[in-house]
Amino acid sequence: MAYDKFTILQSTIVPLPIENVDTDQIIPARFLKATERVGFGDNLFRDWRYNSDNTPKADFVLNNPIYNGKILVGGKNFGSGSSREHAAWAVYDYGFRCVVSSFFADIFKNNCLNIGVLPVQVSPEFLENIFSAVFTDPDVKLEVNLPAQTITLLSTGDQEEFDISPYKKDNLSNGFDDIDYLQNIKGEIKEFASTLPF
Amino acid sequence: MNKTLFDKVWDSHVVRKIEGGPDVLFIDRHLIHEVTSPVAFLGLKNRGINVLYPERTFATADHNTPTIDQHLPVADPLSANQLRALEENASNYGIRHWGLGHHKNGIVHVIGPENGITQPGATIVCGDSHTSTHGAFGAIAFGIGTSEVEMVLASQCIMQPKPKKMRINVTGSLSKGVTPKDVALFIISQLTTSGATGYFVEYAGEVFEKMSMEGRMTVCNLSIEMGARGGMIAPDETTFNYIKDREFTPKGEAWDKAMTYWQTLKTDADATFDKEFTFDGSSIEPMITYGTNPGMGMAISNHIPDASAVQGGVATYEKSLGYMGFHEGESMIGKKVDYVFVGSCTNGRIEDFRAFASLIKGKKKADDVTVWLVPGSHIVEEQIKKEGILDILNEAGFTLRQPGCSACLAMNDDKVPAGKYAVSTSNRNFEGRQGPGARTMLASPLVAAAAAVTGVVTDPRTLI
Repeated sequence: MAYDKFTILQSTIVPLPIENVDTDQIIPARFLKATERVGFGDNLFRDWRYNSDNTPKADFVLNNPIYNGKILVGGKNFGSGSSREHAAWAVYDYGFRCVVSSFFADIFKNNCLNIGVLPVQVSPEFLENIFSAVFTDPDVKLEVNLPAQTITLLSTGDQEEFDISPYKKDNLSNGFDDIDYLQNIKGEIKEFASTLPF
Repeated sequence: MNKTLFDKVWDSHVVRKIEGGPDVLFIDRHLIHEVTSPVAFLGLKNRGINVLYPERTFATADHNTPTIDQHLPVADPLSANQLRALEENASNYGIRHWGLGHHKNGIVHVIGPENGITQPGATIVCGDSHTSTHGAFGAIAFGIGTSEVEMVLASQCIMQPKPKKMRINVTGSLSKGVTPKDVALFIISQLTTSGATGYFVEYAGEVFEKMSMEGRMTVCNLSIEMGARGGMIAPDETTFNYIKDREFTPKGEAWDKAMTYWQTLKTDADATFDKEFTFDGSSIEPMITYGTNPGMGMAISNHIPDASAVQGGVATYEKSLGYMGFHEGESMIGKKVDYVFVGSCTNGRIEDFRAFASLIKGKKKADDVTVWLVPGSHIVEEQIKKEGILDILNEAGFTLRQPGCSACLAMNDDKVPAGKYAVSTSNRNFEGRQGPGARTMLASPLVAAAAAVTGVVTDPRTLI
């Protein structure tokens, strides 16, 4: 599925300083019954965001009007658990284009990269800096620069570099996905398959 | 030669290495289910691409299916729609489909092995993180996202960087009342819920060598719960005896040829790992979790640790205990249990029901506990009946439900109500995993059985 190209993103941020945020929290299983990729943002963090009578929980960050933006900043080990890509879809559909944490679970990170959400891994210290900056002033902005592979806290100028494979960087910058690549080497794949013993 | 088991299987499936990028990895077997496949098929349709090798994909309905009255139409229209979509997609693209009611239907990670789809040395993926289960056979098996499901359908390949390698050795032998589930929960409690992220694990040592295939599957299944991409165990006689003569395993000369190859699938003596751990199997006790991730486990006779004694932030730890309604320093023994769930791709196999039955035999179900016993597949269900286990269960006041993922992720009606406590043989104790507000304690089938007959958290060693 095509997605927006990612180059440089400047945005205010939504802080979620909780560790081990699992994909069952990001999108509970009972919302996985769709057969199309629509509407998942409405149920992003459903059970942290709404009471059982569907009224918003006032103390959850997505219900706090002072925090908004296209960058979600989460605690260590963000996205653990289930492989459901619906979690990444929910993040994207809600309007986030970038998730920042000091550590990501593998499958979630991979799913994000495959659908055009940029996961940016920063040091634990930098993560703390972001949290303390945003809790002091909710209007602080981050700049995520994919070509330069840097993330900058614009209020202080604090900056870190982040890792991404050149291949994935190229994909995100151009809005390509892996299927585009694989379709182009189908002949090679078929030849490989014919050499397999089983 | 200085290759690990993982290297041997991975390297033999690399179609192409991309400089500064992932490997293009060929996938031998692809398992799909109703929840994570429909958008992948939609993607194929929108791009106008066909399925490259439909015979390499196997479909089953499991996540979203009822566990009673499966002969009736599925009541929830959204679930029914998803099941219908799988059936139609499988039919349109020529994919084998064992849907609801089919005699081979069951949980995807139970039916793969029991039909011989899972084989040593194979690469196996599925849009489900517990695909790591199949590593028990010396396969590389891991969960993927829906974009990757589409890739496999389109090209039989995915694109991923090769993970780092970890070996976990468990030496010696296990004590009475200690099961493979306890071994896994113990390892995860030591490494934490993210301690193996970025790694592919090989389990080695006497404890795994002596373990049954069902036990090995339980251990490999839970690899993802410490963040690992997958876990695997070198194939041996136990493996070969299990897979021989199953529907999709090679026969005759092809079997002999395969065996010659499979016997080479072990880590070379001079191979190295990026990380290695060794634990003493005899020190492991029956385990139970007290928090909201699988790393928050302890020996059942211990007390809930203080926040200062665990890794990670205090606020996160307190939020977790608050959700569970537990306190630092408390004992878990004697805590009220409202629900018991035995099943899932972790502990829904015949050996798990044998273990449960061995403990409850001659006892009675506690009055105020709801117990859901859900076989992993129809084949497991049949075996339960054939071995007389169903009679033992019925005599003790238990009934058996029909196969499916059930209360493990509570997509169907098998939901634990808010605030209630469940001892569950499944794989995740996340907030709301078994129903909004449900409080899950992960444990072995023996701990589940002890809770089912006493109504409280009980050390199974006091009952066997």
